[in-house]
Amino acid sequence: MTAETSAFGAGHTAPQPRGGIAQSVGDSLVIAKRNLIRMSRIPEMIIFGVIQPVMFVVLFSYVFGGSMQVGNSTDPGVYREFLMAGIFAQTVTFATAGAGAGIADDMHKGLIDRFRSLPMARGAVLTGRTLADLVQTAFTLLVLAVVALLVGWRTHTNAGKVIGAFALLLLLGYAFTWIGALIGLSVRTPEAATSGGLIWLFPVTFVSNAFVDTSQMTPWLRHVADWNPFSATVQAARELFGNPGVVDSPAWPMQHPVLASVLWSLVIIVVFRTLSVRKYRSATA
Amino acid sequence: MPGAIYAEGLVKTFGEVRALDGVDLDVPEGTVLGLLGPNGAGKTTTVRVLTTLLQPDSGRAVVAGIDVLRHPNEVRRSIGLSGQFAAVDEYLTGRENLRMVGQLYQMRAKEAKARADELLERFNLAEAADRTAKTYSGGMRRRLDLAAALVVRPPVMFMDEPTTGLDPRNRQALWDVIQELVAGGTTLLLTTQYLEEADHLAHDICVVDHGKVIARGTSDALKARTGGERVEVVVHEREHIEDARGVLAVFGKGETTVEEHTRKLTVPVTGGAKLLAEIIRELDLRGIEIDDIGLRRPTLDDVFISLTGHVAALAEENGDAAGGASGGRDRHGHGGRAARKEKEDGR
Repeated sequence: MTAETSAFGAGHTAPQPRGGIAQSVGDSLVIAKRNLIRMSRIPEMIIFGVIQPVMFVVLFSYVFGGSMQVGNSTDPGVYREFLMAGIFAQTVTFATAGAGAGIADDMHKGLIDRFRSLPMARGAVLTGRTLADLVQTAFTLLVLAVVALLVGWRTHTNAGKVIGAFALLLLLGYAFTWIGALIGLSVRTPEAATSGGLIWLFPVTFVSNAFVDTSQMTPWLRHVADWNPFSATVQAARELFGNPGVVDSPAWPMQHPVLASVLWSLVIIVVFRTLSVRKYRSATA
Repeated sequence: MPGAIYAEGLVKTFGEVRALDGVDLDVPEGTVLGLLGPNGAGKTTTVRVLTTLLQPDSGRAVVAGIDVLRHPNEVRRSIGLSGQFAAVDEYLTGRENLRMVGQLYQMRAKEAKARADELLERFNLAEAADRTAKTYSGGMRRRLDLAAALVVRPPVMFMDEPTTGLDPRNRQALWDVIQELVAGGTTLLLTTQYLEEADHLAHDICVVDHGKVIARGTSDALKARTGGERVEVVVHEREHIEDARGVLAVFGKGETTVEEHTRKLTVPVTGGAKLLAEIIRELDLRGIEIDDIGLRRPTLDDVFISLTGHVAALAEENGDAAGGASGGRDRHGHGGRAARKEKEDGR
């Protein structure tokens, strides 16, 4: 049998790597595809990922809605429009936990060792994972936007601005998955990565303009909220959606939220990607 | 000229633990080296260094003629890794796993696809090719894992405890594949805690303990070093033990050891088969009925015990797993959990 004789036999090495950007992109896409296939085979993860923010929308709208003041209005309808940018932003950041748990799982199962023994681009395992998470986040955001429209959320600008707002949200989510990657590489179990990926998100997303009008906060807390990277994206999204509750603050990120949002996200990506790739190269399962 | 796998003075410490304490290896091209040792001896750490996964504190390593520390990515093109810690993705199908690995070895998608099909056929996984690896049995998973390591037909292969946890039938099947592989010219470094496995597969054996190579040579040479042959007699009646001891004292070249409960007597001898015939005749003459008699050469178990002195680590493992294994073939049991432990220790 020809298959038998050609299946074995030594002396071959793998093809010369293309190197550079082409190889990085190629390898990252192979890994992204692998993670997307995995995700599609664990649909409960996707479903829970959607249910959680939908639950937040409903709870915040109907439980808090009546007692919240946005600007000078206590109209629940106004709060609902105010709320959505915050929920969208919180949802994209929750992808952090997924990325962290996925990478910790790969470490735990020995897949990272397999990848590290292959002649592939350095950052591809992590980039591929974060790209797959970006796709999942986009899907979640899409479902969430439909739910938001159903409970009465509307935009009051043009399509370009609305798309821009979603792009900023996805960029923020992508940046946060790199924080998740570092967490995933640093902990010993996927469970630890999940909780480690979520715990700190609560103060980050709550000490912000996402759910409350920061003008009601004590001054020092408000200062923190204004400079919170997360707040910049929420502010930018509200502005681009034409939703109420745009914070009037002298803080620079609140004055230039779109630029601030892009800058914060890029800084997070550069810092955490560098740290993660370095950690990956010396990772020990 | 250094061999296909060459290491010199490898040292790696994890905190207080010297996982590798100056390991030297030289594996000629086309041969198999068995790295034999108990859990935590440093086998896995050695493989991790040679496969570019771990930086040693000091020392030098060359694989397939390439310096491991200076050109790790070049080394990665020439090696395949299989076993304990190089896993497959359980949510991907067998086919998807092999294609992915092929593409990450920088094969073109089409080429990777063809190679995956070929390997699935060869490893008897064609039928299960489109099922997720999660549904595979232990033996199938090992075969897939080994297939993944062979995607580019690498000249140098590393297998870390390839048969740990497998039943005897699957172990034999994997051994057959490994032998075929070596016949094709592949250089292989194999770690194992099964002395029998090293005996069966390896041309040369390095016994490691506490991060050091404490003995090396062919299986025969190591056995010869431990001591010569022995005659083992199992008498039928307990009352005959003393008589038999008297007979063995005449023919033997040392002290006779007796295991009362199994009625087994063992004595070191020189003279081989001829002597055995004489002993049988003498026992028969005195009317000592025997259940079993044999000339026994030292096993690698004996070698190991005499070299390291610590039987315990292996013996315990053997004890609890031997019951489930059929016959004598699988005496060494399996140590899946213990093997994991070495990994933990290696952190």
